[in-house]
Amino acid sequence: MKMSALDRILLLITGLLAAYQIVVGIDNLSAAPIIAYTIAFGVLLVALLLFIILGFDALDSPIVVIVSTIIPLSLSLGLVWEHLASFRTLYLLFTIIGFAAVVFTRSTPMQNRVRVPTIVIAVVHGIAGMTIFLLPIIISMQGQAKPAFSLVGIGGALIGLGGLLLSFLKTGRPLLSRDAIMRVLPGLLLLMTICFVAGFKFG
Amino acid sequence: MSDLIKKTKLYIPLIKSLQTGLLLATGIAGYLSAHTAVNIPVLIGMSISLFLAISGSTIMNMWYDHDIDAKMKRTHKRPAASGKLSRSEVFWVGMVISIAGVGWALAIAPLYGLVVFAGWFFDVVVYTLWLKRVTCWAIVWGGISGAMPILSGRVLAVHEIDLIGILLALAILFWIPTHTLTFSIKFREDYSNAGVPTFPSTYGDSFTRATIAVSSVLAAFAIGWASVLIGLSAGYLRLIAVLTAGLLLLAFATFRVQSERVNFSLFRYASVYMLSSMIILALRAF
Repeated sequence: MKMSALDRILLLITGLLAAYQIVVGIDNLSAAPIIAYTIAFGVLLVALLLFIILGFDALDSPIVVIVSTIIPLSLSLGLVWEHLASFRTLYLLFTIIGFAAVVFTRSTPMQNRVRVPTIVIAVVHGIAGMTIFLLPIIISMQGQAKPAFSLVGIGGALIGLGGLLLSFLKTGRPLLSRDAIMRVLPGLLLLMTICFVAGFKFG
Repeated sequence: MSDLIKKTKLYIPLIKSLQTGLLLATGIAGYLSAHTAVNIPVLIGMSISLFLAISGSTIMNMWYDHDIDAKMKRTHKRPAASGKLSRSEVFWVGMVISIAGVGWALAIAPLYGLVVFAGWFFDVVVYTLWLKRVTCWAIVWGGISGAMPILSGRVLAVHEIDLIGILLALAILFWIPTHTLTFSIKFREDYSNAGVPTFPSTYGDSFTRATIAVSSVLAAFAIGWASVLIGLSAGYLRLIAVLTAGLLLLAFATFRVQSERVNFSLFRYASVYMLSSMIILALRAF
């Protein structure tokens, strides 16, 4: 499916928002969250640029699953590090092991165990996605952050949705047809990034 | 009036507007990368003089290479190659624009004018007239010429050739092979028909791809070092680091995967990378 001019414009705006977030949106945090958020928005930015350059053909690359895992993992790690101090080490371990498991199951032939990669992706995306979705909303409801911070949670729901759509597409068990995913992806990415940027700025 | 419009339409392709625009952007970024307050009249004068000098050298290139361009599918429709404009007309247009550009640059500031003239000289005399048809290493001189606009912008702002200016020039010098060598692989038949020596025809594809990857890494290194010396804020440095990581990954992929698609991705990404870097360096001024 060919990428339309509107798709490219939406992706460009999304890229500019991600760049803005990297430059000014995460200042005044401690080192670990800055690194985690920089990785998350940085991978998003580079992926968007490659999308704009290569079109939807970029989705054919085998590294799409890995890339679409790095973003929620690093984003959720930043949130946990910032707001759940007692879980830092545990979540860092989950991030490292989860990422290694995705890379391993995606790069190793799994004869007779074809469901293993799918289960690994579902577990890793599920935990990271739920963390990004729930944590900001709970923190906002408890009054530890402004209500607008819950927008990060909505962004988390959207990134979880996008990540699952792409990951299951790559595992050969698509939740939607490829064309349908292509149609919604640029708008979904933009909406997700707007939620993140607004949530971090006003939350 | 319609004749004038027709002529203008023929002249516009002579200056390779995209390439000229990108080189002009590097010059403006070089000027704005300095910590000095922006002098708008000087910036406008610099932009026009640089635009004229770059355009002039490009037209001179079109004038001299009309026979090569005529043999290549990619370039045979260019006005000088197709005969829509006479060779002498192209020559005189090129000379007038070149003299106007370099002359204006010298009038603004002698050192700035000298750097602009060096860019014109390396492109027209050393690259086009002397080496392009002799050796594939001519692209190094084409690269040095392409690096002069950013150096000239920096020189105009700081009144000397400093380390940052040299690093910015090196970044452009190392970025240019990504562009030219990718084209020499993609359009190898064209270059072969025209008898122009290229890296792929001289050293093979593997060596050429390795050269593209290494030069991309060196360009990223030079931009990164210059960014630190310029004193970009932590946020902008993070952004440069992210974009650089993308470039390095693609350069690594070019090494690992010998495919034209990956190669072309690197070429396009490197162009976006360079333009983004220029914008970031320019934003430093505001």
